[in-house]
Amino acid sequence: MADPELVRFTLDNGLRVVLSPDATAPVVGVSVHYDVGFRSEPEGRTGFAHLFEHLMFQGSESLEKLAHFRHVQASGGTFNGSTHPDYTDYFEVLPSAALERALFLEADRMRAPKLTAENLANQIDVVKEEIRLNVLNRPYGGFPWITLPPVLYSTFPNAHNGYGGFEDLENATIDDCAAFFDTYYAPANAVLTVAGDFEVENAKELIAKHFGDVPARPAPVRPSFAEPLPTTELHGEHADPHAPLPALGIGYRMPDPVNDLDSYLAYLVLAGVLTDGDGSRLQQRLVHREPLVVDIGAGAGLFGPFEARDPDTFTITLIHPHEVSRERVLAALDDELEKLAETPPDEQELRKVTARWTAGLHSEHDRLVSRTLALGSFELLYGDASLVYRLADRMSAITGEAVSAAAKSLRPDARAVLVVKPANGSEGTDEQ
Amino acid sequence: MSSATHRSAEEIGRTALGPRPLPPLGPQRAAADLSHVDTTLSNGLRVVAVRKATVPMVEARLWIPFAGEDALHPATAEVLAETLLTGTARRDRIEIDAELALIGGDIGAGVDPERLILTGSALADKLPTFLDVLGDVLTGASYAGEQVARERERLIERIAVSRTQPRTIAREALQKHRYGDHPATREVPKAEDVAVVEADQVRALHTASVLPRGAVLVLVGDIDPEGVIGQLEGALGGWASDRSAIRLPELPDIAGPQVLLVPRSGAVQSQIRLSGQTVPRTDPRYAALQLANLAFGGYFSSRLVENIRENKGYTYSAHSGFEFTDGTAVVNIDADTANEATAPALLETRYELGRLGMVPPVGDELESVRQYAIGSLLTSTSSQSGLAGQVLALASTGLGLEWLLEHPARVAAVTADEVAQSALDFFAPKRFTGVVVGDAALEKKLTALGDVVVGEPA
Repeated sequence: MADPELVRFTLDNGLRVVLSPDATAPVVGVSVHYDVGFRSEPEGRTGFAHLFEHLMFQGSESLEKLAHFRHVQASGGTFNGSTHPDYTDYFEVLPSAALERALFLEADRMRAPKLTAENLANQIDVVKEEIRLNVLNRPYGGFPWITLPPVLYSTFPNAHNGYGGFEDLENATIDDCAAFFDTYYAPANAVLTVAGDFEVENAKELIAKHFGDVPARPAPVRPSFAEPLPTTELHGEHADPHAPLPALGIGYRMPDPVNDLDSYLAYLVLAGVLTDGDGSRLQQRLVHREPLVVDIGAGAGLFGPFEARDPDTFTITLIHPHEVSRERVLAALDDELEKLAETPPDEQELRKVTARWTAGLHSEHDRLVSRTLALGSFELLYGDASLVYRLADRMSAITGEAVSAAAKSLRPDARAVLVVKPANGSEGTDEQ
Repeated sequence: MSSATHRSAEEIGRTALGPRPLPPLGPQRAAADLSHVDTTLSNGLRVVAVRKATVPMVEARLWIPFAGEDALHPATAEVLAETLLTGTARRDRIEIDAELALIGGDIGAGVDPERLILTGSALADKLPTFLDVLGDVLTGASYAGEQVARERERLIERIAVSRTQPRTIAREALQKHRYGDHPATREVPKAEDVAVVEADQVRALHTASVLPRGAVLVLVGDIDPEGVIGQLEGALGGWASDRSAIRLPELPDIAGPQVLLVPRSGAVQSQIRLSGQTVPRTDPRYAALQLANLAFGGYFSSRLVENIRENKGYTYSAHSGFEFTDGTAVVNIDADTANEATAPALLETRYELGRLGMVPPVGDELESVRQYAIGSLLTSTSSQSGLAGQVLALASTGLGLEWLLEHPARVAAVTADEVAQSALDFFAPKRFTGVVVGDAALEKKLTALGDVVVGEPA
């Protein structure tokens, strides 16, 4: 893949900047990634990182409540933010005429957000509605990203619910917000990314003008979230009153995504070999040939790959009919993993996966919002935004032996199995 | 929380310099001209091919009108969409997937009461292979008995999942309440209908309805639009029929004011779904209507979102947007709310509908929606997939890329009076019908608001 021009530098206050000029369309993307996600929130404050993300949209020194949305949209732009295990991002995509405006908006809330009790109370209500909509009132809500980690992990940062418990959300105070901001939202703990239609020199001047006087604060010491690997098969259950069919979430640990990237990529290729397309191993056998499951998918990360530092999770999720026991499904899965562990996939099977990855990365980079966010998150997690443009080649270099080794490591005695039980019907097990 | 020495929230929220002025907008460059071809192949298929070489990919969208009056049509159509790519005389299911995978490609099929849509993409230099697979599927899909049987089974399981989704339940209730038993309402087929669909019925439906005449193919990407037409004549030439693809019977206009409370015991949230008749993109009043809708609830800075989400916290998601079906258009208003917030949210929604006509958007509010309409078109069409989606939406109602290129000027020319007129004409609260799906205990408060009755949709 082509490696377009990237300009990277750091301001005196420690803010890292990535510029990626591209004049093919008269639009520009601006994002800020802060190096804090829900793994960093303290016990008793589950969901706080995400709640705080909402508050960052509620006004700052130069911007009344709602002004942020109005200014972005009145410039013809769109915006959003999202909270991940290890970072929180904020972004705008706008016609290029609005570049300075977007920089102004991001700088103003990095310098002086207005954190008020009224906005906090209102956003606690909005977040609770978001959780009702996305988790409580729908089948398989929060599966597996909320329900699997507490089975696979034993420490609070890795195991807890990143959306938060209602009681914890309600207990959040303005002083919590002030402490969280001062600790984690320092410019030295953030990456600013600008991608799209702009002149590099002009963008540099505008960035200096708006971000240059954001006062420096020390970046927090980044904690390790490492914990030992499981030594036995871990089990958990989750009752889902809306689910019509039983489901399984199977979680495995993965190689360090940052310090052992090629091994991590081998797991991504393995995920493709297992479940990407009708010809993949598990689709063929479990969905079409035997068939034991309705749907099955495999992948890295709670929401996708490249969102977290170590430890990260390899997940297989599937929905199966009541009359099929989970023991049968797991036995078939382990059988396929064993075959792969013994005999590496051939060149053609690998090329099917890597060609689709290459095409997928092209399409992702064609959407300015995805490209901007990818550059920012790779700069933050890997210290190297340009890795985005080398991923396809790195994936294509993964060998069948490496995929085979990854399959070999997915052992029953080193995994978590989460059983999602529907309210009605049998349990889908042989144990009865 | 973690730092004992942090500043207070008040200290964080102010600097010595004080508030700063919002910078003005800079100069705006227009989008580059897109070279494109809009033509009809000899088999009657309309093709819109656009060169947009931002990445070495090509995006394809094939839209085929696919209506049917038969009671089993929705079920048969769903099985057809699920099995269209499961084998031809030349390739079995796994070979189709392998051939597409090796060119970084994908093809998916989806169906609703109005149309069958095939969505695909591939590395641009592999377009000939992609078109060969597409042509093979369109002319030679074999619908083998065992594939139909398996996909039928999976479909029944998926329908069970879908019917537990509050949004599916609410959508079905809204469709029945506003359109009765018009074929447009049959969006999710009945499981018992799917269970009896046989392979020969699917093959018969393919022969009768998967037709090029009246259908549209959109290609956007790193392609030569002129050259691609010849390739298409070759790859899709065998796909031919004298008959035209089957369009949905005309939808009746909907009318308010009756909103139906559909009781669903134990719900932790309610779904509010309102709907009012408007006019489509081809109508000269559309640009003003589009701005009126944006100001009402069509973007985040709208009156509805600021009221019921940002000021009152009744909902995470409130939105109003257009639904275009064949030649018609309605505006749908959606909000999911906690039980106790449901009646207040409906009250505020109706209040904002009324206020739009009485106190219409002017000044900054109008300029904001105008810029948003122009700017969001620019950003949403800056990617190949975004542009392909937009062009398809236009082409399926007979419009072309010209409409997209001319629309910013139309939006720029809309006057405040036209928006005010549109607000009065289309957003009066009494024009809106709809449903609230939620706990039965909501009845007392909702009926107290007026124009709400309780029951199951007809």
